[in-house]
Amino acid sequence: MVERFGELTIIGVYLLLLLGLGMAAGRMFKGTKSDYLLASHSIGPFLLLMSLFGTTMTAFALVGSSGEAYKVGIGVYGMLASSSGIIHSLCFFFIGIKLWSFGRRHGYTTQIQFFRDRLESDRIGLLLFPILVGLVIPYLLIGVIASGTVIQTMTSGSFPDLFPTGSPGTHGGIPNWLGSLITCLVVLTYVFFGGMRGTAWANAFQTIVFMVLGILAFHVIATKLGGEETLLENLRKVTAAVPENKLTRVDMSKMKFFTYLLIPLSVGMFPHLFQHWLTAKKASSFKLPVVAHPIFIMIVWVPCVLIGIWATSSLIPAKPPLPSNPNAILPFLVKTQTGPLLGGLLTAGILAAIMSSLDSQFLCLGTIFSNDIVTHYYGRTRVSDRGQIVLARIFIVAIVAITYGLSLFPQRGVFGLGVWCFSGFASLFPLVFAALYWRRLTKAGAFAAIVTTIVVWGLLFWQSDMGANREFAVKLSFGGTTYETMPVATIFLSSLLAMIIVSLLTKPPSENTLGKFFDPQRAHALPVEAD
Amino acid sequence: MKRYFIWALVVLLLIAHQDNWLWDNGTLVFGFMPIGLLYQAGISLAAAITWFLAIHLIWPTELDPVASS
Repeated sequence: MVERFGELTIIGVYLLLLLGLGMAAGRMFKGTKSDYLLASHSIGPFLLLMSLFGTTMTAFALVGSSGEAYKVGIGVYGMLASSSGIIHSLCFFFIGIKLWSFGRRHGYTTQIQFFRDRLESDRIGLLLFPILVGLVIPYLLIGVIASGTVIQTMTSGSFPDLFPTGSPGTHGGIPNWLGSLITCLVVLTYVFFGGMRGTAWANAFQTIVFMVLGILAFHVIATKLGGEETLLENLRKVTAAVPENKLTRVDMSKMKFFTYLLIPLSVGMFPHLFQHWLTAKKASSFKLPVVAHPIFIMIVWVPCVLIGIWATSSLIPAKPPLPSNPNAILPFLVKTQTGPLLGGLLTAGILAAIMSSLDSQFLCLGTIFSNDIVTHYYGRTRVSDRGQIVLARIFIVAIVAITYGLSLFPQRGVFGLGVWCFSGFASLFPLVFAALYWRRLTKAGAFAAIVTTIVVWGLLFWQSDMGANREFAVKLSFGGTTYETMPVATIFLSSLLAMIIVSLLTKPPSENTLGKFFDPQRAHALPVEAD
Repeated sequence: MKRYFIWALVVLLLIAHQDNWLWDNGTLVFGFMPIGLLYQAGISLAAAITWFLAIHLIWPTELDPVASS
């Protein structure tokens, strides 16, 4: 009985706990738009750290890190994790705090409101809106599909008569469509009732869950594979059996490793992170996230990378054979090397990593739709505060339904889209940086940056066979040597150049706008502008 | 001046992050930790220290009761 339903029971209890947390947050709801969308700017350092970390660390932090390490070795940590530790905190410090201060001064809820004001352009919102939504949707799809896959794999064998698949890895497991539906409904429930406060609480809880369970899985798998007395002896025995090339970065391109540094800049333009930044109670709430974020990344990633390279060791039993999909390595090792209790707990950990990103993205897209499109064009004075909450909730339900509907169609290449979504956001980073630090940035320069990003991104995406070619790189030749670079480098540089050249050739922003964003003392004295 | 110091640290960190000299070194430190992974974990800690210095040296104090506006 425990063998068959152990995982299922733990997953069920975990999801019920989350629902309870969302409902508890809902009981604290003050009934205002600011409370629903920004938790009334009440989030302190610890909750802000957990929200930002939980949102930026998707399922990739657990499942993808071990899968990539299995494929290419330990270099994945430098390429994705330590680089993010440097760059994410840089974005929190130089972008997040400044945007938070403008958000507080001028009452912004979304990125688009800030750009409309800073660039003196209503139309910039109409250009940014489809891009931000278009780049977040595939990101959402990855999470929704991954949750269904994880639940099906980890509950295999539970209902052999009800859900037969014929494949040993999934036979009798809760089917994909049902697992994804359960995940969507749980996230929808706590976001719908709890708003941003529910999301922040759930993120804190889920971040603790996936951090602890990652370390627990590391300990148990090392002990099972090593079979020695102490943890240190087990670690030595297992790592000694790993092939030499997985202990180094010889399977990696140096230029790709270097240009991958641009990818973490995407957090500067994530609309859902912008909304989280605005929830901070005061500027000093950012201090803990800025310092602790790189350490938290290390705590999650180092054990998972080591588990990934262990899967290449000679100590792994020949039967059952390792899965062909690298992303299934961690669930496979947990399933074969541990019991149903840890299997269920780790499934909860992976779902925690997925849902702690999904919730912020659902809430953010609902906010953008209601705030920047409907309310903005219908007239802010014609929609009451309560009306705006109802609108946001309607759009959140719609976004969840659309994402779930899309996840039911065959998604051959959706997982290849992840890096393209990040590349798009990263290439818009010059825009947000210039908006905050370069007085000479003009409306035309911003349009040039965005349009250039769309065109170059689209061209390279098309060349990569719509993301299906996972190894796609832009090849540059210098002095007889060909260098492989990540597409983001080309898109980023094109966007940056277009923005600078066009801005320098066009009329600078008005003194009023420059005073508002570059002279904080004067900003308080400025008259309130009509909408 | 302090701002330049922090930016210089960040640039140094990004250069150190490339660690080309350890690219093909598979030495196991303590018998289980690949030296390349240990080095990059060190980069993560160095990043935390750099940002700790940043919030003490170049914190925008003018943003510290903005919070109510």
